[in-house]
Amino acid sequence: MLTDLTDTTTSDIRAALAKLRDQMGGPATGVVLNLIIMTDEAGQHDAVRAASQAGREHPCRILGVIAREVRASSRLDAEIRSGEGTPGQTVLLRLYGPMSEHADSVVTPLLVPDTPVVTWWHGQIPAVPSAQPLGVLAQRRVTDAAIAPAPAEALAALSAGYQPGDTDLSWTRATGWRSLLAATLDQEHGVVAGGMVSAEEHNPTADLLTAWLGVRLCVPFGRETSEGPGITQVRLDTTEGEITIDRPDGRVATLSKFGQPDRHVALNRRETADLLAEELRRLDPDEVYSEALAAVAAIPARSAPNGA
Amino acid sequence: MTTNPLRDPRDRRIPRLAGPCVLVLFGVTGDLASKKLLPAIYDLANRGLLPPGFSLVGFARRDWADMDFAQLTHDAVKAHARTPFREAVWQQLCEGIRFVPGEFADDAAFDNLAQTVAGLDAERGTGGNYCFYLSVPPKAFPTVVQQLKRAGLSSPPVGGGHRRPWRRVVIEKPFGHDLASAEELNAMLDAVFPPSAVFRIDHYLGKETVQNLLAIRFANELFEPIWNRGYVDHVQITMAEDIGIGGRAGYYDGIGAARDVIQNHLLQLLALTAMEEPLSFAAESLRAEKEKALAAVRIPADIGTDTARGQYAAGWQGGVQVCGFLEEEGIAADSITETYAALRLTIDNRRWAGVPFYLRTGKRLPTRMTEIAVMFQRAPHLPFDATDTLELGQNALVIRVQPDEGVTLRFGSKVPGSAMEVRDVNMDFAYGESFTESSPEAYERLLLDVLIGDPPLFPRQEEVELSWKILDPIEEFWADHDKPEQYPAGTRGPASADELLARDGRAWRRL
Repeated sequence: MLTDLTDTTTSDIRAALAKLRDQMGGPATGVVLNLIIMTDEAGQHDAVRAASQAGREHPCRILGVIAREVRASSRLDAEIRSGEGTPGQTVLLRLYGPMSEHADSVVTPLLVPDTPVVTWWHGQIPAVPSAQPLGVLAQRRVTDAAIAPAPAEALAALSAGYQPGDTDLSWTRATGWRSLLAATLDQEHGVVAGGMVSAEEHNPTADLLTAWLGVRLCVPFGRETSEGPGITQVRLDTTEGEITIDRPDGRVATLSKFGQPDRHVALNRRETADLLAEELRRLDPDEVYSEALAAVAAIPARSAPNGA
Repeated sequence: MTTNPLRDPRDRRIPRLAGPCVLVLFGVTGDLASKKLLPAIYDLANRGLLPPGFSLVGFARRDWADMDFAQLTHDAVKAHARTPFREAVWQQLCEGIRFVPGEFADDAAFDNLAQTVAGLDAERGTGGNYCFYLSVPPKAFPTVVQQLKRAGLSSPPVGGGHRRPWRRVVIEKPFGHDLASAEELNAMLDAVFPPSAVFRIDHYLGKETVQNLLAIRFANELFEPIWNRGYVDHVQITMAEDIGIGGRAGYYDGIGAARDVIQNHLLQLLALTAMEEPLSFAAESLRAEKEKALAAVRIPADIGTDTARGQYAAGWQGGVQVCGFLEEEGIAADSITETYAALRLTIDNRRWAGVPFYLRTGKRLPTRMTEIAVMFQRAPHLPFDATDTLELGQNALVIRVQPDEGVTLRFGSKVPGSAMEVRDVNMDFAYGESFTESSPEAYERLLLDVLIGDPPLFPRQEEVELSWKILDPIEEFWADHDKPEQYPAGTRGPASADELLARDGRAWRRL
């Protein structure tokens, strides 16, 4: 069900939400968190769709914030969606004029009380997420360095401005690789002396994965450029032989280990909704990410043809 | 072996993953395999929780090739898997599927099985780790277990500097039909597998809500202080089924509701509800507390009045006319097997002295429902006129195990209006609303735990024996006395069950 409110106020939106809840027999109960999405007209459809899918696992009130013409006079338009296959409610807020500088004053009254807040910048990454008005509110601040114009710089900036509770979807993308690598080292292996991560250029996930391996294994890891898609190979050089995980097609990986037969394992590149759902599973600071992020900044710059 | 540097307790994104292994499934043509086990294996693979090289071997009396079993698995997955079907995942799973045809008594078939798993070790690097899942009737257990031993499959080879591979065996209920047979089954398993390698599956314990009972009790300050005789009036544990015995006549006749359900599921739920706080959630600590609770259970002094049993008679269940138990195919017309059983148990310890635990289960009841209801005492004084609180019942905390998993808290609230009138209202927490749209199936969790070797959710032999000690005297009494009382299908059970609570001034929660 779609409710359009033009030139409205937060109290009218609240009243409309309450009315919808009564009509629908209470779909707002059971909401476990508030998800604020900072987006724009071009990105809002994809962002809200991903959030709604993630909302099936984590019923949430989704507040999409779209800044419109800055030079217009202040105006608030809202679009409320509910009962569209997601347990929570979605409110798209369009902020015109000077109001867009004060999005927090619009969002705060619309949050479900005493329930955690997550802010997701679907698009441009602010310099310091935790210093943003809508970042201060949030327990968890989600960015995505992969869609930044210069991912490596974006990671460096995130590292400089890191505060506990920050997280980035390019780190979430590494989870499949990390679990497979951890499982590989659960088995007998020699001492890891080094290794190499191959991925397409400008891949922040590969940077984070390389940094994480370096930090955890305390050995230098190299970074190689390949055709992609995404990360294509991780190689561990152990004292007993090589262990490689190849994933040329972005779907199925082959695990090759010295003295053992090759094994295939599904290792899909994941959808945004899936990444977001993982991100919403825990809301406390991700210390492992912060360590990897700090180490990325310390990795010497790769010799990319034209810089990055 | 040193710890894995890539694993960090703070890193909660990396899931628990089993090491490389082979799952050998006996009884692949059964209902359980196609409805639960095979779909659960696919769902685990789809969630990335199975190790690279994971292989699945089916064993059955069918003249099949690997591809036939793969087809059966494919169909089962398509029909019953919880997660969406993905070709890449299926292909990867399919590569590791093998089938061994044969009878349980056939030595050659088991030698063939031994060659097959050894072949998988060489081809797919499963490292000699085998899990044998016996989804077969209990009378076949001894043959299969002896065959595994004879074929050298039950214990891993010793020696080598490397970690020793593991062998595990999974068995389904029933774990015997009385104390003596449970001990016999255990002795038979014990002779072949060490106790730590035997996993007894009670799928109820894999359910999210049952594990949530531990979270509710021990993660909150709200409930534990009143979780005792000072505040609790009594506890009702119910497992109601709307179906009849269906095609299970051969198994069910002579077993009955108490052995089928109370001995395992309901007594496990009782133990989790009544036990003290465990030191930790490690298997040893959890089992120790459950065992203490079960050991403190006292059966009624007068079994005749404090138990009830019934048999469904012909009637209408949910708008369908159904036949009675004695008319079911394969059931003798003079069968005294009960399809409904209710017990009044007490627990002799400081926490629960004087608080009865009422357990009931039955088939062909109005609905399908499993729940634990902790019923609290009435307020000692009500500063209202008597008429104001006529409709006020007892406060209740209800753990809804299935379906509609969740928790209900029932308390009195003022009815809107000018008069002061108080009546019961429900505060609901529904799993489907606050968490995943589809929480993992119990079998997914349990299979993963078996492959990882994590035993907290599996009952140990001691628990099985304690449960039989509770049930055996009751079964003996029943065997010597009258036939079970008839109750029409689709009704709430025999009148004697209602009388059992009425004598204590209580009533069952309406189904």
